[in-house]
Amino acid sequence: MTDIAVVGFAQAPNVRRASGTTNGVEMLVPLFRRVLADTGLSKHDIGFWCSGSSDYLAGRAFSFVAAVDAIGAFPPVNESHVEMDAAWAMYEAWAKILTGEVETALVYGFGKSSAGQLRRVLALQLDPYVVAPLWPDSVSIAAIQARLGIEAGRWSERAMAEVAAHSRAAATANGLAQLAGPADGRVDVDDLLAAPYLADPLRAHDCAPITDGAAAVVLASGSRARELCERPAWITGLEHRVDSANLGARDLAASPSAAAAAAAAVGAARIDGVEAAELHAPFTHQEILLRGELAALGLGDEVRVNESGGVLAGNPMFAAGLACVGNAARQVMDGRAGRVLGHATSGPALQQNLVCVLEGRDQ
Amino acid sequence: MVEVLSAPLEVGFDYTRSLGPALSRFMTALRERRIEGVRGSDGRVYVPPVEYDPATAEPLTEPVEVSAEGTVLSWSWMPEPLPGQPLDRPFAWALIRLDGADTAMLHAVDAGTPERMRSGMRVRARWAAEPVGHIRDIVCFEPAGGSASPPTPAAEPAEPVTMVTTPIHLSYRHSASPGESRYLRGLADGRLLGGGRCPACGKVYIPPRGACPADGVPTAEEVELPDVGTVTTFCIVNVPFLGQRIKPPYVAAYVLLDGADIPFLHLVLGCPVDEVRMGMRVTAVWRPREEWGTTMQNIDHFKPTGEPDAPFESYAQHL
Repeated sequence: MTDIAVVGFAQAPNVRRASGTTNGVEMLVPLFRRVLADTGLSKHDIGFWCSGSSDYLAGRAFSFVAAVDAIGAFPPVNESHVEMDAAWAMYEAWAKILTGEVETALVYGFGKSSAGQLRRVLALQLDPYVVAPLWPDSVSIAAIQARLGIEAGRWSERAMAEVAAHSRAAATANGLAQLAGPADGRVDVDDLLAAPYLADPLRAHDCAPITDGAAAVVLASGSRARELCERPAWITGLEHRVDSANLGARDLAASPSAAAAAAAAVGAARIDGVEAAELHAPFTHQEILLRGELAALGLGDEVRVNESGGVLAGNPMFAAGLACVGNAARQVMDGRAGRVLGHATSGPALQQNLVCVLEGRDQ
Repeated sequence: MVEVLSAPLEVGFDYTRSLGPALSRFMTALRERRIEGVRGSDGRVYVPPVEYDPATAEPLTEPVEVSAEGTVLSWSWMPEPLPGQPLDRPFAWALIRLDGADTAMLHAVDAGTPERMRSGMRVRARWAAEPVGHIRDIVCFEPAGGSASPPTPAAEPAEPVTMVTTPIHLSYRHSASPGESRYLRGLADGRLLGGGRCPACGKVYIPPRGACPADGVPTAEEVELPDVGTVTTFCIVNVPFLGQRIKPPYVAAYVLLDGADIPFLHLVLGCPVDEVRMGMRVTAVWRPREEWGTTMQNIDHFKPTGEPDAPFESYAQHL
């Protein structure tokens, strides 16, 4: 099978409110410049462009078409789009390279959540017959999931606050983070627990912030990857799985689809040799839930999880999952890790999950 | 840094969705203030029903009536309800497993305070005064116990419910780009500010684009354009539609302003529709100055100038 690697990654600053339009051009133009400069590529060298974004988030039809302006798509380019997190656009680009049709791909995602009411917009991803007409918002559904786990003894409000404290401490080293702890990195869990509920049992620190942002990843195959990057992050497994859309018919305190995607991505019974993981967990309890699913597959306590701060430090919708994979890949490209796991989620209560395993290789 | 213009944007649409057999039975039962699930291949009773078996993907056909009373499996508290939600006072969201069902449904519980909520509590449906065959025929659930609301007579048998209508309304703050903001402010002064000329290919866009769509580089230089141009192509509108301002037939045309490299859509009035042609020279007819705002509607329409037509070669690249 064709070897494919992540050879470049860039992310826009995570901010509460960007001044630009909802078509992302203002965020994407500098992002493309940086990721192309880093790899020494020009736009004409990119064999395939693939993006993830949402018209509901943008409040306009075909917002991804306006975003193509940022590419400079003349002569016409080979381009596609998913109405999903851009991690799934990366999956499409990876499959496109596997076909042998192209050698390189630039994947990007963008979202300006501040333009609308994110909690309401996300209600529209739910079953349109019996659920969405009630407008259950994303935070409330996550809160129901959190309580199930708390009452089942799988996690506690304190353990959830510890996840938030770790995120904010880690994010102090991430210049792009929207939420980071004090400069000394010390976040007091008791202080966090003293805050009122936002949606009992969730407090504000349990929920990823509302973020405007964008991310881009460059993929390349075989020898091309080695030309473009000193230490490519080779993709050894990339899989995604989905659980039932019927929220009341599945166990919300588990994520079988995350476990299945991870097992398929590692291609073995156990996760072995992973040194760092970036998990896309927009709510604190979801990081604990995901760690539990991966621990059952062998992910050890020594694995460094969400050293970037994760999406609790900044959650640009439709780009955040790609950024998790990109942040994991960067650890390989920087030589900080030999084998990493990147994860992305989509849908309510961890319904859909993608896992990407990447590794560095001695030339 | 230009301060960008922004404005509220309300988006709304009534989604009408046809129902499969299982959901049709469910909605029809709701109209009769009953709750009907469906039995899966594993014997489990799904409420709300699913059309296809989650394990075998076979169509499910065995309806099972369940109670309108059930048990809360988990809940969260909504202190400040959002528009469209079942209640406009604080309430709980809950996963509720109705008696006789094996799966839970998501709905609201009118508990008053979070202290009255707990997992395992008993709740029952509160019905709408006039059910129509929609999930919102269940207004919400309420703590069970005490006296139930008096039973209501079943509705007269009627045609099954085969369609549900769900109005969706979203509110946004829509921002113009810096270039678009300059353009819109220019319009308020009766000027046509195009640009951002592309530093790579020299093309001039109106309305301005943040990046040249051909080169992908930011456009910077502002270019003021005249309100005179050429019809590149056009159509004669004969079909009436909702919100139409002018009685058909009339002409919608692409107008390429002199000095611009992209045409925009506008109206060409002031001559019989069958006289409009490609290459026709036109000029803007502005509304009275006191009606101007930051909008292209300041130009009411374009009208012929009477000049000789522009040669085809002059706009051939802009079709």
